[in-house]
Amino acid sequence: MKPRIIVIGSSAGGLQALKIIFSLFKNDFSIPIIVVQHISPHSDNYITTYLDKICKIKVKEANEKEIIEDGTIYFAPPNFHLLLEENFTFSLSTEERVNFARPSIDVLFETAAFAYGNNVVGIILTGANFDGAAGLKTIKKYGGTTIVQDPKTAEVDTMPSSAIRESKVDHILSLEEIAKLLISLNKE
Amino acid sequence: MNNLDIKNQATINIEVILLLEAIFQKYGYDFRDYSKAHIKRRILHRMSTSRFSTISEMQHKVLNDEAFFEQILKDFSINVTEMFRDPSFYLKFREDIIPILKTYPFIKIWHAGCSTGEEVYSMAIILKEEGIYDRCQIYATDFNQVVIQKAKEGIYPINKVKEFTYNYQKAGGINSFSDYYTAKYESAILNTDLKKNIVFADHNLVTDKVFAEVHLLVCRNVLIYFNKQLQDKVIRLFNESIIPGGYLCLGSKESLRFSDSFHHFDTIDDDEKIYKRKLHFKR
Repeated sequence: MKPRIIVIGSSAGGLQALKIIFSLFKNDFSIPIIVVQHISPHSDNYITTYLDKICKIKVKEANEKEIIEDGTIYFAPPNFHLLLEENFTFSLSTEERVNFARPSIDVLFETAAFAYGNNVVGIILTGANFDGAAGLKTIKKYGGTTIVQDPKTAEVDTMPSSAIRESKVDHILSLEEIAKLLISLNKE
Repeated sequence: MNNLDIKNQATINIEVILLLEAIFQKYGYDFRDYSKAHIKRRILHRMSTSRFSTISEMQHKVLNDEAFFEQILKDFSINVTEMFRDPSFYLKFREDIIPILKTYPFIKIWHAGCSTGEEVYSMAIILKEEGIYDRCQIYATDFNQVVIQKAKEGIYPINKVKEFTYNYQKAGGINSFSDYYTAKYESAILNTDLKKNIVFADHNLVTDKVFAEVHLLVCRNVLIYFNKQLQDKVIRLFNESIIPGGYLCLGSKESLRFSDSFHHFDTIDDDEKIYKRKLHFKR
């Protein structure tokens, strides 16, 4: 079954990891991807501008109440949590930091699980903290598919390792293997 | 733990709707048109923290225990803010809107959803520095009485001062931020003269009507918690509350562009979300 939504959480070393995955996609990649990359609350839009330039599919910052479209990668804006609604739109929140992070991976992953259940693929990549582990567990509990970057291949292995400890994940893969799996899911 | 099947998930959605209905019927607080993802996440967290096995079980407690309801109310309302949050907005406001306000003999301002008051006092500091504070009447409202009380006090943790000072400087502050507070133990106590022309009051944007007719309405990072219909309703309320030619300031990620009332406003600054109500509206 082709998943309806892919959510990705990344932190330290994330930009490089995301770049490796996304640059392997051709323009026929249609499943919408939502990313929380930990960033400074004061940062500008350099990540989305940069990735949009080098990727074959559209990369942009998620807007409040924006309708999620196929073939697009959305990033959480700095200093806001990003939540997924059931009607394929986004909500933003300024609530307190979760795991010291805003945006927090757990917030995105939990709301993805609540709204899309077994139609979600959740992915944890490189990072130096524990955000995302609880969220990935929730995705699994709601019947979704979970993937973690093989800690041995991660620039910083804390985040993938803690996700693997927290729940039984479906796939532990290198970045290239993650891209390959997503491309095959996109063809289902 | 077993995976939740589709049927269970559908049941949870029904329970969420019933709980919100129960809260509205019993206590008059209306969260039925809040962002569903936000409310559902808050409910499920409260359920697991307070060790209920179902939302329905928790609903019984909400209906019969007012103290527990107060806890839920706290869960639902977001009260995270800071002084001069989004400094670029305050800088723009100072540069582009203040010169126009200076031409008015008397200025009424409504800060809706003021939470614990940090942003109201930020505005008060700018008005003072620009020499028009004494001509201003500021209404600061929120639906949550606990935060209104905190806002009235104007006392913030001292460890926030570093961030406030950084923001103040970025926002074009002309003095030293330390001129505006007294440090005492672990607190920064804001100067009482900042409060002179501020009236703090209880007002619920969802269920209450027009509060005042104002020259400037500030409502930042409140609409993001509402669904589209409720956003439209509240923006209609704003439209009725702002005098023709008056200003509306929203949060940095909130836009009027997709609202039903967009044609009633001119966009003054698209990035900082500053709008002006049209003088003469022709359809």
